[in-house]
Amino acid sequence: MTELTNKSALELAAGLKSGEFSSVDVTQAHLDRIASTEDDFNSFITVTDELALETAKAVDAKRSAGEDLHTLAGVPVALKDLVVTEGTRTTAGSKMLENWVPPYESTVHNKVKAAGLPVLGKTNLDEFAMGSTTEHSAFGNTRNPWNLDHVPGGSSGGAAAALAGFQAPLSVGTDTGGSVRQPAAFTGTVGVKPTYGSISRFGIIAMASSLDQVGPMGRSVADAAALHELLAGHDPLDSTSLPDEVGGFLNAAQTSELKGKKLGVIKQLAGEGYQDGVRTAFTAALETAAAAGAEIVEVDCPSISYALDAYYLIMPSEVSSNLARYDGMRYGLRVEPESGPVTAETVMSATRAAGFGDEVKRRIILGTYALSAGYYDAYYGSAQKIRTLVQNDFAKAFAACDVLVSPTTPTTALKFGAEKAADPMALYLGDVATIPANLAGIPGLSLPAGLAEGLPVGFQILAPAREDVKLYEVAGPLEAALESAGGRVLDTLAEGLNAK
Amino acid sequence: MTESSAITPEQVEHLASLSRIAMSEDELKSLAGDLSTILGNVARVNEVAGDDVPATSHPIPLTNVMRADVVGETLSSEQALASAPAAEDDKFLVPQILGEE
Repeated sequence: MTELTNKSALELAAGLKSGEFSSVDVTQAHLDRIASTEDDFNSFITVTDELALETAKAVDAKRSAGEDLHTLAGVPVALKDLVVTEGTRTTAGSKMLENWVPPYESTVHNKVKAAGLPVLGKTNLDEFAMGSTTEHSAFGNTRNPWNLDHVPGGSSGGAAAALAGFQAPLSVGTDTGGSVRQPAAFTGTVGVKPTYGSISRFGIIAMASSLDQVGPMGRSVADAAALHELLAGHDPLDSTSLPDEVGGFLNAAQTSELKGKKLGVIKQLAGEGYQDGVRTAFTAALETAAAAGAEIVEVDCPSISYALDAYYLIMPSEVSSNLARYDGMRYGLRVEPESGPVTAETVMSATRAAGFGDEVKRRIILGTYALSAGYYDAYYGSAQKIRTLVQNDFAKAFAACDVLVSPTTPTTALKFGAEKAADPMALYLGDVATIPANLAGIPGLSLPAGLAEGLPVGFQILAPAREDVKLYEVAGPLEAALESAGGRVLDTLAEGLNAK
Repeated sequence: MTESSAITPEQVEHLASLSRIAMSEDELKSLAGDLSTILGNVARVNEVAGDDVPATSHPIPLTNVMRADVVGETLSSEQALASAPAAEDDKFLVPQILGEE
């Protein structure tokens, strides 16, 4: 690993500004690192080296000419392959879009381009973002840099592995039920799910539209905050985009104190079913926060016990509807049936049979069932009511504290194949702590809080809707306190990788 | 799990047909098992909230989101057809959509 790939995004930004190195230097160092490690990690579906270097050169030239540049200009970033990139194939991890080259641009990529961040490539994910291990990608498994026998989490598994493997200093992921926070937890990195509607979804391939949100990821809270500021903001092209002024995240992360902050431990997300090592690390982090002046209280959110059930009805229902567009007619895969008549209907059925993987089919069928006449009220309707109850619980809890906290996941990163051994519900349980935020639309963040049996543990912070800044007011000083007590979690991995 | 939440392969076959996904007998059987398990676990959503609880469809609802009624940018037909599996005469070419004449 070179010195450049070891640096944080903000350190790179400072070095670029002072002229210590160029964006071409930084981008090339990361591309070299990708080339030498992809056999191990498989974080990327597509590496866009030429485009990245082109952007880097352009930014370097602008800097030489004395132009005003964005803070992160010249700092490379990796995009989850759910983010549409005009002219660069966008697969969603699916055979359905294996060769799709989008004819339009996403707002996220537009913002990244306008700020001058070289895009290293498109990262691996569970197909259409459905899964929590990246084992559901049509482009092979991504492996966890901490231990190649373990999953990196998902669905933004490639995005998280690229960060932990020092292939990229910044990543953009998406989070529908925990797909940014869970892989961040599994890889010792920082992942943020902003308030619903605060980052534009124009050009983000849709999974479950009332839950999906784009999320910034980095190796530190400040890096994630800087990327969050770049991506957030109102977009007239997205009708669910909030018309709010956003910002102040980086400043909050760098200047806040834990003293006087009230952290509410969610009673329902701390006890049974959690791995011992996860509980130990979580409790130790709470003690560190308390020692730094935070007040720890317990809060009760009884409806959270039903959040998982509601999610596994609402999400597949929206999936079944959103994925109806992949019909083999206008773009993407088209497959003709092996026998029988060739009609639009048989071509659709053959295309969708060949183009979708097992998990996607499972969710489409489940959603179709939940939306069927006669079952709609009992399943979809009831699940939407639980959503109201979860929101009410959160509102009550936030009246008693500044932020809510819990372990991000019940366990550390699973081994490959664990899923096949269990029934589908057992794996879905891994999302129990992350899902409530998506149902309620509130922002959440995961940061590393030590190790359990050699693998990272995630600490989750939740804030009220439209108050994302509160995440950083706690995460920034908590990260500092944890690092001064026990060192930086990722340093353990960096030492291990350097020793190789 | 209640009796009513056990899903049969025949039901899955119907759902697969509604979803336009061709499936083998093995897939139908295996999905029937998965669905029964999942639905058995989530069926209790029915018992939690009473009639007085309103449903939430969007976590942060916005209403009347409109843009100005002016001509904006759009894709050219060449761009729109660039990724089409088949195209002819500046149009998408699709398989037969109506029954035999």
